[in-house]
Amino acid sequence: MAWFEKAAEAPLRVPTEAVWTVCPSCKAYVEKAEWKATDKVCPRCNYHDRMGCRERVALITDAGSFKELNAQVGPNDPLKFKDSTGAYADKAKATVEKTGIGEAVLTGTAAIEKIPVVLAVMDFKFLGGSLGSGTGERILLAAEEALKLRRALIIVSASGGARMHEGIVSLMQMAKTCAATARLKEAGLPYISILTDPTTGGVSASYAMVGDLNIAEPKALIGFAGRRVIEQTIKQKLPDDFQTAEYTQSHGFIDAIVPRKEMKAFLAKILRYASGAC
Amino acid sequence: MAKKTVGQQETVQEVKQTAWDIVQIARHAERPNIADYITFMCEDFVELHGDRLFGDDRSLIGGFATIGGEKVMLMGHRKGRGIEENIEANFGMASPEGYRKAKRLMKLAEKYHLPVVSLVDTPGAYPGCEAEARGQAEAIAHNLEFMATLKTQMVIVITGEGGSGGALGIAVGDRILMLQNAVYSVISPEGCASILWRDGTKAALAAETLKITAGSLKSLGIIDDIIPEPKGGAHTDAAKAVAAVKKAVLDNLAVLKKIKLDTLLQQRYDKFAAMGRF
Ligand SMILES: [Zn+2]
Repeated sequence: MAWFEKAAEAPLRVPTEAVWTVCPSCKAYVEKAEWKATDKVCPRCNYHDRMGCRERVALITDAGSFKELNAQVGPNDPLKFKDSTGAYADKAKATVEKTGIGEAVLTGTAAIEKIPVVLAVMDFKFLGGSLGSGTGERILLAAEEALKLRRALIIVSASGGARMHEGIVSLMQMAKTCAATARLKEAGLPYISILTDPTTGGVSASYAMVGDLNIAEPKALIGFAGRRVIEQTIKQKLPDDFQTAEYTQSHGFIDAIVPRKEMKAFLAKILRYASGAC
Repeated sequence: MAKKTVGQQETVQEVKQTAWDIVQIARHAERPNIADYITFMCEDFVELHGDRLFGDDRSLIGGFATIGGEKVMLMGHRKGRGIEENIEANFGMASPEGYRKAKRLMKLAEKYHLPVVSLVDTPGAYPGCEAEARGQAEAIAHNLEFMATLKTQMVIVITGEGGSGGALGIAVGDRILMLQNAVYSVISPEGCASILWRDGTKAALAAETLKITAGSLKSLGIIDDIIPEPKGGAHTDAAKAVAAVKKAVLDNLAVLKKIKLDTLLQQRYDKFAAMGRF
């Protein structure tokens, strides 16, 4: 049965959160079981919903191949930052406890169809996937590991940008991570960047945009400045498709838009083309 | 700032300036800008135009320059002075073609064995529709990688506003110097206030919290040295302020030129890799 037939029946049942997931993009009610079966891709509008970093690792790597690196690296609070909602140190600590991931990126070694890689996967759940000093450090160490092992580096981005609570130190993570990817390139090693929803601000303006290949998920928000900031600057409404993966590809910045179900096979194919570099 | 009262003129300079006071000096309309640095710091300047891809950004300019007998590649943001120039220069908010021109000039500097001197003064990269379409994020990101590995000496001076990624896009180098009343931040105080305090009027508090002044950045290990300004700020005595920048640039170039290129590049990598490592 197609989704819309189910949706038509929906009023007969109580659309509780236990049974239904609401697509964040088109607001369609999708049965939880179906949402899971499609790996959080909306069967109606093809929106690829945000994924946790461990779910993502399971999706694109060989079962049991992932070994986490540098789990001890976590958030720092160089500014002793406090805003109207409290201290950043408390928020960071609570986030680590709640999410069970030590930073906004999970890094490690893994295999994709038996091809060994170094992998970094961001998680939007962790303070909006913001680029803090711990995030930058983990990414730099992942790139250095790829250099040491002579493997390809794959980074999956999902981030609103810099982590304001770490101020200038957060900004410097853009330079730091790009210094690391630049070294990898000098050594002739492959770096593949995957941009998922959202990849914006300081992350799009650093490692996410400098892959040998930039690959995006369908409909992912990809851009530098926020829509509201741009609308305030130019005093015009922006078109709906502005800063989508499709828009970004049509302007020349994305090699391929790959549906979630096909991502692992696609990566394996690319890695085989790149094998001469490792 | 503290009110001056009769008999207190001598002590008023010692009253501690707030970060917000310093933001006002950094943004002062009469603050020495790139045109002043070219006029008063350089015996010669040959402007080079265009990114060879799309256009010639008037918000970010550069060219061959001779500073105290030293031939260099000079580049920097241009805010302009007076409303007509401000508009022509887009208030110092560069577009992708600005960052790509900077990259072209840096490449040329490497080829001709000239050091790079970069003067940073921007509210941020331009948040506009065309800037997004032409890849603002990609342009900045590639500069970050490029500067990390550029094989020549690089001295960066934050002269006014170091506005986020738009500043960093020309601010990776061997020495990061900062004028006493310049600011350097991941986000404008106003932007931070409206996001984290949900109140744009809390900008002064955000400025303090973000630690964006030269003294704070020196203690955070982000900048190497502070260039002193005349009492009251650089705009009160432009000639003196520019002379101080000239001296600092020449002193640092002299030191950098004695370092072997391989060592210099390793030190540059280590410098940024260490940022945010606690
Ligand atoms: Zn949908």
